[in-house]
Amino acid sequence: MPLDKEQVRQLRRMKEKHPMPEQDPKERIKNFDEVPFGYDAETAVKEATRCLQCKKAECVEGCPVEVDIPAFIKLIAEKKFDEGIKKLKEKNNLPAVCGRVCPQEAQCEAFCIRGKRAEPVAIGRLERFLADYELEKGVETPPRPKSTGKRVAIVGSGPAGLTAAGDLARMGHEVVLFEAFHATGGVLRYGIPEFRLPKEKVLQREVDYIASLGVEIRTNVVVGKTITVDELFEEGFQAVFIGSGAGLPQFQGIPGENLNGVYSANEFLTRTNLMKAYLFPDWDTPIKLGKKVAVVGAGNVAMDSARTALRLGAEEVHIVYRRSDKEMPARAEEIEHAKEEGVIFNLLTNPVKIFGDDDGWVKGMECIKMELGEPDESGRARPIPIEGSEYVFDVETVVIAIGNSPNPLIPQTTSGLELGWKNTIKTDEEGATSRKGIFAGGDIVTGAATVILAMGAGKKAARAMDRYLQTL
Amino acid sequence: MFKIVTKKVLSEVNKLMEVEAPLVARKAEPGQFIILRVHENGERIPLTIADSDKEKGTITIIYQEVGKTTKELGTLEAGDHLCDFVGPLGKAMELPSASGRVVAVGGGVGIAPVYPKVKALHNAGMEVISIIGAQTADLLILEDEMRAVSKELHVCTDDGTKGHHGFVTDVLKNILEEKGKEIDEIVAVGPLPMMQAVSNLTKSYDVKTLVSLNPIMVDGTGMCGCCRVTVGGETKFSCVDGPVFDAHQVDFEELTRRSHTYLEEEKIALENFEQERISGGGN
Ligand SMILES: Cc1cc2nc3c(=O)[nH]c(=O)nc-3n(C[C@H](O)[C@H](O)[C@H](O)COP(=O)(O)OP(=O)(O)OC[C@H]3O[C@@H](n4cnc5c(N)ncnc54)[C@H](O)[C@@H]3O)c2cc1C
Ligand code: SF4
Ligand code: FES
Repeated sequence: MPLDKEQVRQLRRMKEKHPMPEQDPKERIKNFDEVPFGYDAETAVKEATRCLQCKKAECVEGCPVEVDIPAFIKLIAEKKFDEGIKKLKEKNNLPAVCGRVCPQEAQCEAFCIRGKRAEPVAIGRLERFLADYELEKGVETPPRPKSTGKRVAIVGSGPAGLTAAGDLARMGHEVVLFEAFHATGGVLRYGIPEFRLPKEKVLQREVDYIASLGVEIRTNVVVGKTITVDELFEEGFQAVFIGSGAGLPQFQGIPGENLNGVYSANEFLTRTNLMKAYLFPDWDTPIKLGKKVAVVGAGNVAMDSARTALRLGAEEVHIVYRRSDKEMPARAEEIEHAKEEGVIFNLLTNPVKIFGDDDGWVKGMECIKMELGEPDESGRARPIPIEGSEYVFDVETVVIAIGNSPNPLIPQTTSGLELGWKNTIKTDEEGATSRKGIFAGGDIVTGAATVILAMGAGKKAARAMDRYLQTL
Repeated sequence: MFKIVTKKVLSEVNKLMEVEAPLVARKAEPGQFIILRVHENGERIPLTIADSDKEKGTITIIYQEVGKTTKELGTLEAGDHLCDFVGPLGKAMELPSASGRVVAVGGGVGIAPVYPKVKALHNAGMEVISIIGAQTADLLILEDEMRAVSKELHVCTDDGTKGHHGFVTDVLKNILEEKGKEIDEIVAVGPLPMMQAVSNLTKSYDVKTLVSLNPIMVDGTGMCGCCRVTVGGETKFSCVDGPVFDAHQVDFEELTRRSHTYLEEEKIALENFEQERISGGGN
């Protein structure tokens, strides 16, 4: 039944987004299942009707890959879901992922006109709805184009590499994707937890789709070690895309960081997500957790670590962050979920030392209180320690989630690449590096950023590579 | 999938496997290691490359069955497949200059990683004095291979069932006493307490000593920091900065402690595995 005029009028006045049903916080901290269930078709149609179909749609300006947001929302409102997903996929290859992990409140939804007086349209939830609808139904593989006979190598299977690989295959090139780990997906596999991005239901299907486009996936190949970029060219690849991400964990450099019970967030999350330590001993990789856990940092990585610690059975989980709640870089939904689940926030607080017991296991952490000063280079208020405010709190596990930078392996083993800050690779607008035939995109270029930016970079680079290949 | 082409039982607990991995074999150098997984639910474990054959495209690994994963690996036979096998990882060991006089020390399964280094030195025309040791004669591996590439080979067993009755450090001390000045470099690989003992000894003689560390690892490419070790007061990641380090700079106490992180879990995994093997009718 189509909505009648009165219903449409009411929905257009409705101030709040339609809520998305979720697992109860008390229950969900005992399992790794996905937290929000997603909209059903009826709710999606209603939420889509809240959209005013602006002529000059500002939401699109907030989208890094310029999805035609009002168009796909209109198709939902008209219940034309098959057409809707097509429209969405014109610009976004990984909508089931982006619908779940994009920081919409800082992108499309931040610009939505309805957000000026009420809550914006739930663009992210609608995106997820369409993507899940398609996954449920079975994704159609487009027909394979005629082969151009050109060979392309992609390094890294994160969102940047997957996107570039898929697009280049659809242009008819022969694409081989190399991944260092035994499994594909990059951060989507080893970093972002199951309860936020289901691996079998969502990620694996996206990867299978890319493979079905004709991309040959070769895991267990560490480019720079097993084979270098220069050797890839010798092997007959005519262009190479580097999407190796920002996988090098930063530590604070404070005393006690090598005690037993201190993890980098990368190790903590990789053990849990990729190696499935939460299923130990059915899966072989263990993880060790005390009753009280402190996670240092307040980005997505920190929220994921804190919420993972709860699910692994920690009794008390603290976020320790040197700035205030306004500066926390995590997605709003993650902070909200972490709070609902009982994570304790220690803001304007910075660790200065970690203590161990006689056997070398963490038993406490000394912190200092901070206050905010003038904005620094990042534009955020600079935290300044308050002298004499040090205090110690008991804790048995510490997870350091203060950031990642690019792994130097590829920059170091590839000749002629111009590098930028912290081993990032310099590229032009379209992903071309200083060396002919080598393109790059995602976190390896920008430093740790977002899924959608990595995907967008993969897309742009694929177009530039296609043009380059045609000149050969 | 990576095919096991040969399997040899070297002793009750030490086994050798030659695995088909042409890309790894093409690049492998002494001092480097691989990471493998036995099956889909398996953990990633690092093992040193004991030998490689570029023509055949194979890598040889030698391991001691200590925990669940190595025991499970031991149940596989030639013709079976490993789920994952990645490498070569870590830095290759730098060979000492042509005039270098080297003593190589291998303890237990640590003889396996020492062997390719001695072989490389031997092939480069250098004379190496080797000392190998094990708890008991039955556990001693690669004796013939080591003899073939060493100028002198000293054998030790903790229980005196073969060669010198005692530790490798006893023999090393004698050699250092005799010709300490002539020795440029010592390479030692074995259990942590052995490497630490060697390091303490050679420090007092001020002879440069290299050890190859084998801490707990996950990725082996520098992305997790699980393998961190303090060397010369700085935190290093063994998998990319090592695994070979200057022994006198290594904080062995921290390393030993960190290697004990999962003792309890390792015990649980092993118990479950043995139970299953018994109840599963030993298949
Ligand atoms: C825990 C966590 C949570 C996050 N949450 C969000 C979120 O909610 N929303 C959001 O938008 N962003 C989030 N991010 C950031 C986002 O995941 C990244 O910006 C994005 O994944 C970058 O994509 P990429 O393709 O550049 O690299 P990656 O996803 O890092 O993938 C790189 C791949 O390359 C492989 N690789 C590296 N070196 C080599 C080599 N030498 N040879 C072969 N392969 C190699 C790696 O193994 C990896 O698979 C999160 C990040 C983390 C760590
Ligand atoms: S800005 Fe908001 S209301 Fe306007 S088209 Fe975009 S989603 Fe719809
Ligand atoms: S094993 Fe992960 S960084 Fe070395």
